[in-house]
Amino acid sequence: MMATKKASAGKTGRTATTATKPAVGPKAKVTKDQLLTYFRDMLLIRRFEEKAGQLYGMGLIAGFCHLYIGQEAVVVGVQAALEEGDQVITGYRDHGHMLACGMDPNGVMAELTGRAGGYSKGKGGSMHMFSREKQFFGGHGIVGAQVSIGTGLGFSNLYKNNGKICATYFGDGAANQGQVYESFNMAKLWNLPVLYIIENNQYAMGTSVKRASSETHLHKRGASFGIPGREVDGMDVIAVREAAAEARKHAAEGNGPFILEMKTYRYRGHSMSDPAKYRTREEVDDIRSHHDPIEGVKKWIAEGKHASEEDLKKIDKEIKEIVNASADFSKESPEPDPSELYTDVLVES
Amino acid sequence: MPIEVLMPALSPTMEEGTLAKWLVKEGDTVSSGDVIAEIETDKATMEVEAVEEGKVGKLLVEEGTEGVKVNSPIALLLEEGEDKGDLENYEPEGASPPPSSSDDADTSPASGGGKDSAEPVSSPVHGGGGRAAAGGGNDPEIPEGTDMVPTTVRDALRDAMAEEMRRDETVFVMGEEVAEYQGAYKVTRNLLQEFGSKRVVDTPITEHGFAGLGVGAAFGGLKPIVEFMTFNFAMQAIDHIINSAAKTLYMSGGQMGCPMVFRGPNGAASRVGAQHSQDYSAWYAQVPGLKVIAPWDAADAKGLLKAAIRDPNPVVFLEHELMYGETFDVPDMEDWVLPIGKAKIRRTGSDVTITAHSRMVGFALKAAEELAEQGIEAEVIDLRTLRPLDTDTIIESVKKTNRIVCAEEGWGQHGVGAEIAARVVAEAFDYLDAPPARVFQKDVPLPYAANLEALSLPGKDDIVKAAKEVCYEG
Repeated sequence: MMATKKASAGKTGRTATTATKPAVGPKAKVTKDQLLTYFRDMLLIRRFEEKAGQLYGMGLIAGFCHLYIGQEAVVVGVQAALEEGDQVITGYRDHGHMLACGMDPNGVMAELTGRAGGYSKGKGGSMHMFSREKQFFGGHGIVGAQVSIGTGLGFSNLYKNNGKICATYFGDGAANQGQVYESFNMAKLWNLPVLYIIENNQYAMGTSVKRASSETHLHKRGASFGIPGREVDGMDVIAVREAAAEARKHAAEGNGPFILEMKTYRYRGHSMSDPAKYRTREEVDDIRSHHDPIEGVKKWIAEGKHASEEDLKKIDKEIKEIVNASADFSKESPEPDPSELYTDVLVES
Repeated sequence: MPIEVLMPALSPTMEEGTLAKWLVKEGDTVSSGDVIAEIETDKATMEVEAVEEGKVGKLLVEEGTEGVKVNSPIALLLEEGEDKGDLENYEPEGASPPPSSSDDADTSPASGGGKDSAEPVSSPVHGGGGRAAAGGGNDPEIPEGTDMVPTTVRDALRDAMAEEMRRDETVFVMGEEVAEYQGAYKVTRNLLQEFGSKRVVDTPITEHGFAGLGVGAAFGGLKPIVEFMTFNFAMQAIDHIINSAAKTLYMSGGQMGCPMVFRGPNGAASRVGAQHSQDYSAWYAQVPGLKVIAPWDAADAKGLLKAAIRDPNPVVFLEHELMYGETFDVPDMEDWVLPIGKAKIRRTGSDVTITAHSRMVGFALKAAEELAEQGIEAEVIDLRTLRPLDTDTIIESVKKTNRIVCAEEGWGQHGVGAEIAARVVAEAFDYLDAPPARVFQKDVPLPYAANLEALSLPGKDDIVKAAKEVCYEG
C-alpha cells in the first residue's frame, strides 16, 4: 500500500515535497521548546480549521471559507523568523495566519460565524479580518491585492526607518496577477523591506500551476526585477523558518525584497464548496501520509525524545479545548446589533 | 515671401505662452530641427525647433514677452534668394485661432461649435460668484482686511499640499512625474525641492500597483496623497480605491482606517479623445466609505484639499485640467481649511436652482447672468462635495425656487444629476413647479473632432435652455 502511494506521488510530477526528509532530526539547529511550540502552533491551526469546516457543514459559517489544512508549516515557520513589529498580510486563506500572529481563536471563529464578538464585529467574515494590535493587516478577498498593499506597508517601514519588514503572503494563483509585478518593480526599485512568500499549494482553485503558469518555478518570478528568490519545502517548518530568517535579514538590512516560494499543499478543496475533482484521491493521500508538516515535527520530537506520546496527546487535548471554546464562543456571541449596520463606514473626524 | 515661424502649442489646452529666450539671432542660418527658442507656459518649458531651412530675417517677438498667442508669428525666415528687402513686403496676418475647443470658458458647445472670443487659460481673476458674492457653506469667516491673493487653481492645490506636508511629516505625495518633472500638469511644482525625494515620490507607470501601495502605506500609518496623471488612468487602480481603501474600515469593524487622498484631473480636457476624457464623479460618489470632492475655484481647491489630507478617510479629489490655469482670489490666511460635505451657494436667486460641480460651476454662473438679462434669477449651488452630498442646501433652495436644473459634465445615465433629481423629487415633491431638468454630456464616448467634441459636452447654453424650460419660458 505504501509503495503504491509513493509511486503515484511520483507520477503526479509535483516538485513540492519530493525532497526526502533526513532520517533523523530537522535540517537546522532547533531546541526542544521550539519543536514543541511549532507542533502546538500547527496543531492549533489544524484543529481550528477542522472545527471551522464542521461549523460550515452545520450552517453556522456561511459564504466562502478557505481552509489552511496542510499548509500549516508555512505560516508557523515564517512567523518563527519574524520580529516583533513586523507586519503580516495575506489573501483570503487567512485563518492560519491570524492564529500564528497570536490573534484570539475566539475572535476569529466568531467572525467566521458573523457574530459581534468577531474581530470585525461580524462585518468582515472569513476573508476580511484584521488586528492592528497583532500587526495583522488582513485578510484580503481580491486575489493579489494584498501584494500591493503589503508592499505599501513595507514602504511605510522604510519611510519611518523602523527596521521592520512586511511578510506578504500570496498563492500560486495570485502570482499571475499583474499588480504583483507592478509591486515587485517598485519594491526593488526602492529596496523596500518586504518578504514575499508565495504559498504554492499547486492549485489556483481548480487549475494546477502547470496549466496556468508559463514559468512554474515561481521563485524565479522576481528575476527580471533583480529580486532574489528561493524554493523552500513548505511542508518542513524548520526549512521554512531558516529560509524566512535569511530572507528577513536580507530585506531588513536594506537589500530590498526577497521571494520565498513555499512548496506546499492544501488537503481540502479551494473552499468549502469545492469537491476538488481536479486531483486524485491518491495524490492527496500521499501528501498526508508522507509529507504532513505536523507528523514531521512529531517524528522529530519522538526521535529527539523531547516528549512522550502521552505529552503530545495532552497538547492535542489542550488545543481541542481551545478550539471547542472558540466554537462555543462563536455560537454564543450575539449577532451584531442592527445599529452596527451603519457604523465603521467612515472614521468620524 | 518670408516664412513665418509660429508660436507652437505645447499641449491641447495651451492658448498662449511666454517666449522665454531666443537661441538664434537675426542673420543666423538655420536648418530644420535646429532649436531656435525656448517657450514657457505655466506648465512647462519647451524648445522650439525650426521646421524649415533659411536665414533668420526678423525676430518679431522680443525675448521675455508673455502672453504670446498660439499660432501667432514669432519670427520670419528668409528662403534662399530672399533678402532683407523681402521683409518689407511682409504683413502679419495675425493670430488665427485654433478650431473650436471645449476649453472655451465663454462659449457653450450648443451654440454650434463656433466661437467668437478665445479666452486664454490664464484668464483674469474671476469676479462674479466669488467668495464675497454669496454666503453659506459653513466656510470659516474671513476676517476683515484679509488679503485676497489671485491664485491659479494649480497653485492653490500645490499650496495646500505644501502646507499640509509642512504640518505633518507623515504626509507624502506619490505618482507619475510628480517629483523631477514637477508634475505632468505642474500641480506638484517645487514640492520635490522643498520636501525631497522621500516625500515626493516619482512612481513607474503602474497605477494599480501604486494605488495599492498607497493604501498599504496608509494602513502603515502614513498619509499618502496619490496623484493620478488623470482619473482616466485610475480606472486601472479602481479596485484598490474601492475594494481596499473604501471598504476595509467596515470589513475590519473599524480597525483599519485608510487616511489618504487620491487626486488628479477628472473629466474632459481638450481634444484628447474618449479614453482621456471621462468624468468619474458618479462612479466614485456611489461608493460608501469614500468621500468625494470636486471643487471649482482656487479657494475651494486649497481649503478642501487641506481638509481632504487631514481627513481620516480615503478621499477622492476630482480636479479639472481646464481649471488648473484659472485664477481666483484665495484668502491669505494661516490655515484655510473648508468643511467637507457642504455645498456653497455661489449666486442667490429666486426663480430656479442650478446645481453644478467642478468646471460646470463656471458655466452655471455664466448661464445665470444670461438668464438674469432675461428676467430669470437663478440660484447657483456649487456642490463642492459629491459624497457626502449636501442635500439640505439643495432642498432648501428648491423650496424657495420651486425649480431645479442639475448640471454635470459627465454622462447622464445614473449620474450626479440623476441622484439630485431623485432626492429633490423624494424630499421636495410638493414644492416643485416643474419636473427637475438635467444637463449632461451626450451619451457617446467623447469624440476627438473639435466640432463633435463641442457638440458632446454641455455648457452655458444648455443650462440656459434647461432653466428656461423648467420656468416654462422656452
